[in-house]
Amino acid sequence: MSETVKKFFYVNRKAPYGTIFAQEALEVVLIGAAFDQDVSLGFLDDGVYQLVKGQDTKDLGVKNFSPTFRALGDYDVTKLFVEKESLDERGLSADDLDEIMYEDEDDDWAEKPSIRIVSRAEMADIMADQDVVLSF
Amino acid sequence: MKIGVVVSAGPYTHESSDTAYNFVKAAIAAGHEVPRVFFYHDGVNVGTRLSVPPQDDRNIQVNWSALAKEHGTDLVICIAAAQRRGLLDENEAQRQGKDADNIAEGFRISGLGQLIEMGIQTDRLVTFGE
Repeated sequence: MSETVKKFFYVNRKAPYGTIFAQEALEVVLIGAAFDQDVSLGFLDDGVYQLVKGQDTKDLGVKNFSPTFRALGDYDVTKLFVEKESLDERGLSADDLDEIMYEDEDDDWAEKPSIRIVSRAEMADIMADQDVVLSF
Repeated sequence: MKIGVVVSAGPYTHESSDTAYNFVKAAIAAGHEVPRVFFYHDGVNVGTRLSVPPQDDRNIQVNWSALAKEHGTDLVICIAAAQRRGLLDENEAQRQGKDADNIAEGFRISGLGQLIEMGIQTDRLVTFGE
């Protein structure tokens, strides 16, 4: 669609429910995947709750969109950076997060985890390295 | 410089839509190009021609429409966000079986691809949110 490949970074700062930001951010990621850009997602602050496993929204009466994260690998979206300090501050650890895998085409389609836990300082470096940052 | 602008906060509730408008005007006056403004989340609500703010207040929609007319800025409202919030153009109103449409002059409804394309084609992307 375009010969230019830019580094797109989607910053997710909000809890999955309570506001629409997380859901509409994911909609951008899915559409953006068709443009063959270099895509990464960052999860910080309450945004880390978006990846917590076992979400059940039945009593909220809103759509549970968390299974969509597990499909991102099929869209070649395979870099989900989660900030360690944000997890720590909320009493969460990597074990509380959904298992999100992708198949690495450069490594005989080996299954690899998409989620990478990074420090706040690393997250800042990752962000500084991007061409286009969309914050939600 | 080519600048792409995203407006993601609703008009009147948040100042973002005004600030974005002032930013775009200033950028163009300074010799920059702003080919497109993309409205997302509650930001889409500025694109209805049916808003009637009090006469002693500014009309944000009218400001944007005038800017589009003067400078040819492409004002794009995200279709998915717009449909949730009751903004329809004539085609969509017909397609969805609704009895009215409400898109203001100078705005058009299109997909999120327009946001990504703007990110690719501009030198800077500036977001005005909450």
